Amino acid sequence: MARFEGIDFYKTDELFSSEERMVRDTVRSWVEDRLIPIIGEAYTKRRFPEEIIPELAELGVLGANLPEEFGCAGLNNVSYGLIMQELERGDSGVRSFASVQGALVMYPIYAFGSDAQKTKWLPRLASAEAIGCFGLTEPDYGSNPTGMITTAKKTADGWVLNGTKMWITNGSMADIAVIWAQTEDPGDVKGIRGFIVPTDLPGFSSKNQAGKLSLVASDTSELVLQDVEVPDEAMLPGTTDGIKHPLMCLTQARYGISWGAVGAAMACFHEAVSYSKERVMFDQPIGGKQIQQVRLADMLTSITQGQLLCYRLGRMKDAGTMTTQQVSLAKRANVDMATNVAREARRLLGGNGILIEYHSMRHMANLESVYTYEGTHDVHSLILGQTLTGISAF
Amino acid sequence: MRVIVCLKRVPDTGTSIRIDISGSAIDFEGVKYIISPYDEYAIELGLRQRDASDDGELALVTLDDMSAQETLRKGLAMGADSAVLLTGDFDMDGLRTAKALAKEVESAEAELILFGIKAVDDDQQQVGPMVAALIGRPCVTGVLSFEILDGRAICCREVDSTTEVVEVDLPAVLTIAKGPHEPRLATLKNIMASKRKPLEVKAAALTESRVCVRGLFKPVSRPPGRIVGEGPDAVPELLRVLREEAKVI
Repeated sequence: MARFEGIDFYKTDELFSSEERMVRDTVRSWVEDRLIPIIGEAYTKRRFPEEIIPELAELGVLGANLPEEFGCAGLNNVSYGLIMQELERGDSGVRSFASVQGALVMYPIYAFGSDAQKTKWLPRLASAEAIGCFGLTEPDYGSNPTGMITTAKKTADGWVLNGTKMWITNGSMADIAVIWAQTEDPGDVKGIRGFIVPTDLPGFSSKNQAGKLSLVASDTSELVLQDVEVPDEAMLPGTTDGIKHPLMCLTQARYGISWGAVGAAMACFHEAVSYSKERVMFDQPIGGKQIQQVRLADMLTSITQGQLLCYRLGRMKDAGTMTTQQVSLAKRANVDMATNVAREARRLLGGNGILIEYHSMRHMANLESVYTYEGTHDVHSLILGQTLTGISAF
Repeated sequence: MRVIVCLKRVPDTGTSIRIDISGSAIDFEGVKYIISPYDEYAIELGLRQRDASDDGELALVTLDDMSAQETLRKGLAMGADSAVLLTGDFDMDGLRTAKALAKEVESAEAELILFGIKAVDDDQQQVGPMVAALIGRPCVTGVLSFEILDGRAICCREVDSTTEVVEVDLPAVLTIAKGPHEPRLATLKNIMASKRKPLEVKAAALTESRVCVRGLFKPVSRPPGRIVGEGPDAVPELLRVLREEAKVI
């Protein structure tokens, strides 16, 4: 298969600045040279390829859109989106790692943390000296996080945390967890506060979630907090408005996912086009068959739509005009698109498409998780429905 | 130590090249550009040398049109300190290009002037040695790696599978081949920093061109491969084909 050079039917390259293209091309080269050669082995061995973490940090991928004063690259949001696109062209699990570290751990510390917290943690997280995870979802509270039962009880000189968090990316490898806990009565949306919790504290434990059939090259864990004592300084002081704050973090992550999904779709399309030209059936490359040409045309069309959607979303985010509903639309549309593209690519590849040496089925399996996490496809439908009608259907 | 790397912007090696309507040039529509890969090796060795000295400095020079600024920015993002873009319409006349570059590097007082061994678009391998001759400095070609010792460059080059070690007085011109030191990726922080580095644009001093391309022709397409048989039974026929048709054994 030829080296990946991007999919650009509508010349979106011309819309990006030279700096944005350089960022994308740098990460694209890294993915091609360093990640693609090892991801199949990592996937079949069901492990996150931790050996890439120092390289991601050295490149400056972690929290890349946060300011340089904290050791970050200080890129704009379009560049950040392009990074997510390229990482997910490699694997959704690797993009998830970077999304969690940047959007769900570094962002809340940057946005809601004290100066001391920012100074202490952001440079360490940018350099991967520390790895973070984000604890919001619970076994019985996924799409409805306001009902969480993890509690933070005030003590004389700090807080005691109790509860269980599920589906936590980076959970077992993390040095710190941003834990969201209820400080007031259950269901009090204003009582939810964020805490920076070192994972080596007594009472904190994590367990790898076994049995996944998707995102298997990713650390997905369950966190248990049993009488974990943290000082007052562990609380993120800016989280005074309850559930709004973790949802702001999710908006950041969903933004990156919107771009990442395009990357996964591009990987599958690239593979499908290449295969269709090489695979001969009935004395002709299968790319010469109308049914495959329709498939490829549909894939190209939807990828191009997704690219333009991301581009516009990114420019609005950089202008400060992007809304959470617009992010919902992009996450919903692009992940659905990528899931369909991956499935069609796998089908075009026939029997070979189920082998790990090809990428489409790995992406297809991964995208089923992406379809469900960070606000399920259905929840984003309800967000848009509420926006359109003014009536909540939750 | 001041190091200059002369680089060239070339079409991405993955680009599908088309001949334009004139029949003597490439159709550049939609072509994506990269730093010629051997020039990237030159930048890498130059950066290593720059970093090894306390007062090191690495400048890039290229001859091209204004759009080559993006290519120079990439070199700056790899770590170069400054860049000069000599604007002008270069062509196949290597001496003409060399004269324009020589005028620039001669005044820069660099101890090392590095080139990639060749640009991967036209493969001419002319400009580096020509610049050396024009400025009256020694030249070592096809250098895989080098170190600086007592004001001399100790260069390793490969000659017929043998490593030849060459010493050369500084200042010197070296043309760099693919060696053990892979070019570094531009980090995202350095991409941001590259925006703040100086990039000077000035008109190249170009002489009259005396070389032009008459035509470009695509290679004749080869006949498709054929399967002569399967397993050990196919060996006699394969030997016959290699001996009588391909005439390679």
